[in-house]
Amino acid sequence: MWAILSIRVENKPGILFKVTHLFRARNFNIDSISVGVMENPEFSKMVITTVGTEKQIAQIVKQLDKMIDTIEVKRLDEKESVYKELALFKVKLSDASDSAEINKLANTFGAKIHNEQENSLIVELTSTPDEIKSFEESIKSFDILDSARTGVTAL
Amino acid sequence: MNDKMEIMNGGKALMKALEKEGVKEVFGLPGGANLPMYDELFKSNIRHILVRHEQSAAHMADGFGRVSRKPGVCFATSGPGATNLLTGIATAQADSAPMVAVTGQVPVNMIGRDAFQESDIIGMSNPSVKYAFQPRTVEEIPEVVKKGFYIAETGRPGPVLLDIPKDVQQNEAKVTFPEEVRMPGYHPWTDVDITNIERAINLLLSSEKPIILAGGGTIISSAFAELQSIAEMLMIPVVTTFKGKGSFPENHPLSLGPIGMHGHAEANKIMTEVDCVLAIGTRFSDRSVGTFEEFERNLKIIHMDVDPAEIGKNQTAQVAVVGDVKASLRVMLKILAKKALKKSDGNNWLKHVNEVKDYWRENLKLHPGEMSAAKILRKLREVLPKESIVTTEVGQHQMWASLFFDAIHPGTFFSSTGLGTMGWGFPAAIGAKVARPDVAVVDIAGDGSFNMTENSLATSVLEDIPVIVFLINNFSLGMVAQWQRTFYDRRMIGIDLKKCPDYVKLAESYGAQGIRAQSLDELGKAIKVGLNSDVATVIDIPIDPEEDVLPFVAPGTSLKDMILPS
Ligand SMILES: Cc1ncc(C[n+]2csc(CCOP(=O)(O)OP(=O)(O)O)c2C)c(N)n1
Ligand SMILES: [Mg+2]
Repeated sequence: MWAILSIRVENKPGILFKVTHLFRARNFNIDSISVGVMENPEFSKMVITTVGTEKQIAQIVKQLDKMIDTIEVKRLDEKESVYKELALFKVKLSDASDSAEINKLANTFGAKIHNEQENSLIVELTSTPDEIKSFEESIKSFDILDSARTGVTAL
Repeated sequence: MNDKMEIMNGGKALMKALEKEGVKEVFGLPGGANLPMYDELFKSNIRHILVRHEQSAAHMADGFGRVSRKPGVCFATSGPGATNLLTGIATAQADSAPMVAVTGQVPVNMIGRDAFQESDIIGMSNPSVKYAFQPRTVEEIPEVVKKGFYIAETGRPGPVLLDIPKDVQQNEAKVTFPEEVRMPGYHPWTDVDITNIERAINLLLSSEKPIILAGGGTIISSAFAELQSIAEMLMIPVVTTFKGKGSFPENHPLSLGPIGMHGHAEANKIMTEVDCVLAIGTRFSDRSVGTFEEFERNLKIIHMDVDPAEIGKNQTAQVAVVGDVKASLRVMLKILAKKALKKSDGNNWLKHVNEVKDYWRENLKLHPGEMSAAKILRKLREVLPKESIVTTEVGQHQMWASLFFDAIHPGTFFSSTGLGTMGWGFPAAIGAKVARPDVAVVDIAGDGSFNMTENSLATSVLEDIPVIVFLINNFSLGMVAQWQRTFYDRRMIGIDLKKCPDYVKLAESYGAQGIRAQSLDELGKAIKVGLNSDVATVIDIPIDPEEDVLPFVAPGTSLKDMILPS
């Protein structure tokens, strides 16, 4: 089972370390993680996606809640929340027609093109992990030189 | 506010903050990075108790904390001093003992540069502390001390680390001492959960074969009277976890003693028959319940605990009551009192429980020797006043203590049950004696364990903190030897301590008293000598190295698979 955890923490050094350490020490998995300061700079929001049994996920939530640095821990409902991830792919342009084809593909997924050069470009897609996966599958027929993902963030 | 501001250095701010928390003694050992705070300790009214190894300072603070239920305080320098504390900190964490450990650290501008005696103790200790602070300015010190004590002693207690850079101890600043601190992410107490208490009562009353399982949380929240009242009101038998030993008088007619790997035969037998358990302040450790799946089969569990994360971690509860167990039990008692229950002491379940108990109390086969574990520990019980405090080391002697030494007075039995730290018992006994100088304190020890922290004899003698070491000497790492005899076809390796050292001479070399007891008569006399002595007494009691601890629930098996003496 896949779960999205939204964790509001005090914006202090060392907390990311403690949260990730908790996952390791308790034998839980981190699927993705994203962190940013909130509108009130006293707090940061961490969004962690994780995979486990129902019982494990309930236990992760409780252990995170128990941490003194966490203010609020929520498990977000996939259906009722917005969850997105940003992915960047650097793609090689081998043929003259590649650029047009990639642009077309990007259009259908709502992705943006950046840094177009003679032999490469960067595609940016903000979407759900599933959509990003299928975009990745489609673009695989071109040569992916490099890629990076931010991890899921959610509200 | 401003009028309360005072100019002082960080070391002095620390001492003042500790004094405000009521600290009267600290256990420690100085070094380069904590010299400034030691200089202020010198000028303060706090007593310093010098140890010979920082691990022992942590265990002393732990023993002090478990007995007084106020955090014990230990001091160590940076680097090796701090890492030496770690075993003690982890031990306190595993057994939810309140402690405040204060370490020196290299100056702020040296952190991260691999300075001399720098270690990242905040990072190293992270999984083993309840919380850790590293104040970077003098002004923060009063607040982190206040927060540290509050965290250590509230909710589920635990160790807190204060790692203070040397310059922060030395620098002067205007400081204020807050009366209150704010921690938005820390909620140690919850309201009493009446709805679930009512559900728990209904479940308990509708069950046919109920039992109460009292864990260490019962002792930590000192719910002794409440536990006893509920058991007597409902006439429900009581078993404990090993850590819960001492939560219920073991000479009480409803007491069956500890369950678990080396639980009482009657307790383990009955545990496999019950249909409902009221579990109070326990994490259902594997050492207590055997395999998790087997334990919860056919069993309805009511789980009371102060720590919400314990609910459902190891066992699935039908009813969970989160909150301080003493408060919850009080409410439970009130509701029960209104129900005007018929006393059912004639019920068949209790009759059956008593038959099983009587059978095993009479028929459990014991080692035949005069100095068998059962006989020497029963002798200790006979001679020792019942309010005396007992600590143990880790090994066979510890499990024999669980089996054959009845804890009668509430909260008089303490052991490293979670981490199983050899060497804990003796320094913890010293810490306990500092907390309770009015009662006798005895460490039920094994030779291997005592060997690990025996240099605390120096502390005991020089600081005038007399305790008794009841040394059950099998000249070996007996528990490991038992596993090699049982599971490894007697391929004995790494267990023979070869009668080295001579513990009587060792005690004497520290200025303590060493007595060898080779008969029950000598033993009784030696205990009395120890009780009346004003120095530490080591009673060396040679026993048969082949004696096993039985019953035994082998690891990875369930309580019903208990191995009995043949
Ligand atoms: C620090 C530490 N190291 C190793 C162990 C593993 N261990 C558990 S019991 C035991 C033997 C303890 O020997 P002793 O104190 O003489 O007790 P006995 O079993 O002989 O009564 C050992 C080595 C441990 N629990 N703690
Ligand atoms: Mg031994």
